[in-house]
Amino acid sequence: MSKIAVIGGGVIGGAPPHELAKLGEEVILFEKNYFGSGSTFRCATGIRAQFTDEANIRLMKYSVERWEKLEEELGFDINFKQTGYLFLATSEEEVEAFKANIRLQNRFGVPTRLIGMDEAREIVPILNTEPFLAGAWNPKDGKANPFKTLFAYLFRAKELGVDAREHTEVIGFEQEGDAITAVRFRSNGKVESVRVDAVLNAANAWAPLINEMAGLSRDIIPITAYKHQLVKTEPLEPGQAEPLVCPPSWNDAYIIQDGEDGGIICGAGIEHKAKGLDDYEPTYDFLRGVLEYAVRIAPPLRYAHVVRQWAGFYAKTPDSNPAIGRLLDNFYIAAGFSGHGFMMAPAVGEAMAGLISKGRSKVPLDWEWYDPYRFERGELRSSAFQIG
Amino acid sequence: MGGKKIVCRCNDVTVEEVEALIDSGVTDIEELKRLLRIGMGPCQGRTCVPIVLGILARKTGRSQEEIPLPKARVPIRPVRVEVIVGGADE
Repeated sequence: MSKIAVIGGGVIGGAPPHELAKLGEEVILFEKNYFGSGSTFRCATGIRAQFTDEANIRLMKYSVERWEKLEEELGFDINFKQTGYLFLATSEEEVEAFKANIRLQNRFGVPTRLIGMDEAREIVPILNTEPFLAGAWNPKDGKANPFKTLFAYLFRAKELGVDAREHTEVIGFEQEGDAITAVRFRSNGKVESVRVDAVLNAANAWAPLINEMAGLSRDIIPITAYKHQLVKTEPLEPGQAEPLVCPPSWNDAYIIQDGEDGGIICGAGIEHKAKGLDDYEPTYDFLRGVLEYAVRIAPPLRYAHVVRQWAGFYAKTPDSNPAIGRLLDNFYIAAGFSGHGFMMAPAVGEAMAGLISKGRSKVPLDWEWYDPYRFERGELRSSAFQIG
Repeated sequence: MGGKKIVCRCNDVTVEEVEALIDSGVTDIEELKRLLRIGMGPCQGRTCVPIVLGILARKTGRSQEEIPLPKARVPIRPVRVEVIVGGADE
């Protein structure tokens, strides 16, 4: 049995402790604020396998299969629903691109298909079909409750003996050569340290600070925090816009109906580089901009009330693909999810647990594709399809 | 229909639900907010947040002043979308 420290109490740090504990490992999880306080509790809830490259499609195909069983496995209502993702094309060129993506997704068993606007209207009754030529529709994509999902993982992990600590900040490591031998942390003003056999950096936007503590360059994985905001309406009757609906050419604008309270969550690629890692202030230009897109997608939204607006981070790498793998002998990373961490968490949590505990995993995760050292070598992957 | 004490009128949350979650070890107001959806409805927590703070203080032996208020979100009161996007532009 090894002792493994996981740094970061969002869903990417929350899933591996449960998986590691199942493999018999001893785990201590550190979160410097409250659990989920970084990106997880600010996410738009969407889960999709509709990507445009093999690595992300295969990883998410597997992740969706895990999501399908997660509620039963964790014994907790996480509100997972396969209500689909509907991407909408506004030009003939885009229809052709959709067809190519659909062929690729179908090749790996993702059942996306091209649909006409009559069918789209049946799926989304409030949709304005007029500007769109066709849709890419995968009914197996979906959504879940990020708050409940993270806590489902944490509750189960604690039952399996995981020591999950919040309001506990990691402040440094003790090392022998490249190997990390202990983690120093501060809680209630008191500094302590714990001996460890391995460390997983799952701090997403904050991950470069942790890399630096391990003696690496802060830019070895260049992660930039972009403010990604969301706006939510009052609850509407369920069924109005259940899938995530997105015309990518409209600045990646999207709407998705919250699976629990029925409010419409509205997002768009109107992003601001954060002034710092505590810059969560929502902006008026986003509120106005995102709602202009939302009423073009679904005109009846004009008559709904906005009840809240909030911001989180897209912790973006230069190619919008995460860095997943081993950085030093016993120092691992899963960070820079660029807005896709929540949907990937069941697969990545299992893959990281396997890698750390056994050096391998049956999860179809392309380690070469997500190699954390690719940026240092000047390699970039094709940019991961961004939205949702 | 006796005994059901509601703390959040937007999302129908009861005293019992709040107490059960605190008993399970969730004592951060931001986590209670998100797991129970208190303060996340149209009223923005005007009714429920003070009540939950009281329950949390009592059950954890802290004073209410020690517990930070959860972040309030804009808009403070619900605003109709058309007020923000302007008149019909289609």
